[in-house]
Amino acid sequence: MRDTGTILFLSMEKISDTAAEHHVDYVGAKMGMWVFLFTELLLFGGLFLLYSVYRLRYAADFHRSAAELDIFLGTANTVILLTSSLSMVCSLLAMKKEKTNLSLLLQIVTILSGVLFLVNKFIEWSAHIERGIYPDSPVVLAMSGGEIIFYSLYYVMTGIHGLHVLVGVGLISATVIFTFRRTIGPSNFVKLENTGLYWHFVDIIWIYLFPLFYLIT
Amino acid sequence: MAEKEQTGQSVKYKTYIFVWLGLLLLTVTTVAVSKFRLTGYAVPVALLIATAKAALVITFFMHLRYEPRILKLMLLIALVAFTLILLLTFSDVWYR
Repeated sequence: MRDTGTILFLSMEKISDTAAEHHVDYVGAKMGMWVFLFTELLLFGGLFLLYSVYRLRYAADFHRSAAELDIFLGTANTVILLTSSLSMVCSLLAMKKEKTNLSLLLQIVTILSGVLFLVNKFIEWSAHIERGIYPDSPVVLAMSGGEIIFYSLYYVMTGIHGLHVLVGVGLISATVIFTFRRTIGPSNFVKLENTGLYWHFVDIIWIYLFPLFYLIT
Repeated sequence: MAEKEQTGQSVKYKTYIFVWLGLLLLTVTTVAVSKFRLTGYAVPVALLIATAKAALVITFFMHLRYEPRILKLMLLIALVAFTLILLLTFSDVWYR
């Protein structure tokens, strides 16, 4: 009887200790993440602005160049990223429901999707580069002004987006390690949640990049 | 308090799967629409569909729907600011 009481007392003490150590402020942590995402919006927003202004000026060139891009690969990558967003958001839900292993599995699925996206991007870029289409290449410089700008924007925008996918893959790898170490758990998941916010933001950027570069021909 | 807000949501896997299906449907739509030569309407239609997809992701995947009003307001301010930057630049480019 007394033992149970002691154990109960000790465990109570432990709980209050951890609560004091990790002063968790979820609203504050998420707000910080959103503010960071607003700065990311401005980074990509500036590039979208450049794209629209040049598109207005060189409409015909943009249409011709966009027709060169592989719609199938673009669509495949869209489906991959949307699906990875689903697995990411489900991994958070699984964590909240205390299904840590399911959450881990879904995080790994998300990582693999991100890698698959980058592999597609690599295939796509390689095909362009083989045809001599890369920034400042003789082939591109011989093109008209609008086409040069189109390919510059294509490489810069999909490149910076791809970099974000790579960073996202790195962040989710970190959440996998944190989950193993129980730094992320059913009662402490704000790291996973914020990583998810970042991943979904990167997905949204691709949602806009896809039609603007692949579909409007 | 914050804990309660987090776990008190009654979101299910099903909700997310429906949102994902909606996103896939919109992707198919935007690809299909691009096959028709809409010329003048191609860009607005593509951007409209993209915005619908972004709204789905923000509302459900980024669960803004369940966030406090201050966060929604912050996003609104950010989007309005970005739209103003776009409009001001366009007005400059247009009348040059």
